[in-house]
Amino acid sequence: MVVSAGGAAARGGRGGAGSAAAARGSRRLLRAAASCLALAIPASAAAVDAAGDPEAGAKVYTRCEACHTFAYDRTGPRHCGLLGRKAGSVAGFDYSEAMKRSGIVWNAQTLDRFLADPMSTVPGTTMGYAGIADAGERADLIAFLRTQGEGPACRKPDGDG
Amino acid sequence: MSFLLRSSFLEPIDRRAWLGGSGRLLSAGAIALLAGRPALAAGKPSDPAQDARILNTALGAELEAVAAYQVGADSGLLQKNVRELALTFQGHHKAHADLLAATVSKLGGKPVSAKAEYQFPTDQLKTQADVLRFAAGLEKGAASAYLGAVPLFDDRELSKAAASILGDEAMHWAVLRNALGEDPVPAAFVS
Repeated sequence: MVVSAGGAAARGGRGGAGSAAAARGSRRLLRAAASCLALAIPASAAAVDAAGDPEAGAKVYTRCEACHTFAYDRTGPRHCGLLGRKAGSVAGFDYSEAMKRSGIVWNAQTLDRFLADPMSTVPGTTMGYAGIADAGERADLIAFLRTQGEGPACRKPDGDG
Repeated sequence: MSFLLRSSFLEPIDRRAWLGGSGRLLSAGAIALLAGRPALAAGKPSDPAQDARILNTALGAELEAVAAYQVGADSGLLQKNVRELALTFQGHHKAHADLLAATVSKLGGKPVSAKAEYQFPTDQLKTQADVLRFAAGLEKGAASAYLGAVPLFDDRELSKAAASILGDEAMHWAVLRNALGEDPVPAAFVS
């Protein structure tokens, strides 16, 4: 879909009689492509989450352990209770204004997008991390966050959050 | 170079001397990294606020690592030589923190301070191996975090500095894994 739209734009850009109409058509195609892409992301993310392997995700999670753990806050906020939580809402944690204002609710889709590129997804976040480029690794990590979040470490009173 | 020749090839390695020497090398390198940064000297990094945010997050993690090593050193679980090793690594983290704090200030930011208290899973630390495993996890995470920060800086000299610290964290991780009897270098790449 994106390739087709790009091709149409290129054709429109070659000019000649009717080039303005062609350019308008190209813009419409690009907008349509963007809409399709936006619609495709949630479905794709959900599918990836369903396919994620929590055991493999545990290994990916070791990359997070300079700043995060499940049961309590560290440099980053705790991960117990992450799925379904509003971003920037752990009481007592010192979030960036950007995260508090992001309006994000963490689920498989929003996590997938954020983990792919944290600093572009929430400009101004203090999570100075380039992201996880591999969609499979993100799916594994999200599956681990989900299963671990439902596990014993997060059922303790101080692990709920 | 002469130091490397002496410790690595020509004489038996005295661990304390080696660690002390490496600490001196890091300090000298850290100063050079900070002092030799033309963008900072000119006061014109392209996005100092973002760079400072990234460095401040790293600083917070370094300060936590300093506290974590103190918990380990004070646990009474470590043998004398292992405790010395832990304190040496703690010294490296202090050096990282000092450099990061100075750089955040130079960029116009306010360096984060150490927290009054940190939470650590002390109820799970029953043996020396538990302490080493906990420290190894922090070091692995730190290496990954710096790896994730290296490509983000607008000022490439900061990327170089982060890569230098990454190397140090990776060495800590390897030494700790070795002390645990695990493969010190389990893969060809850090992720």
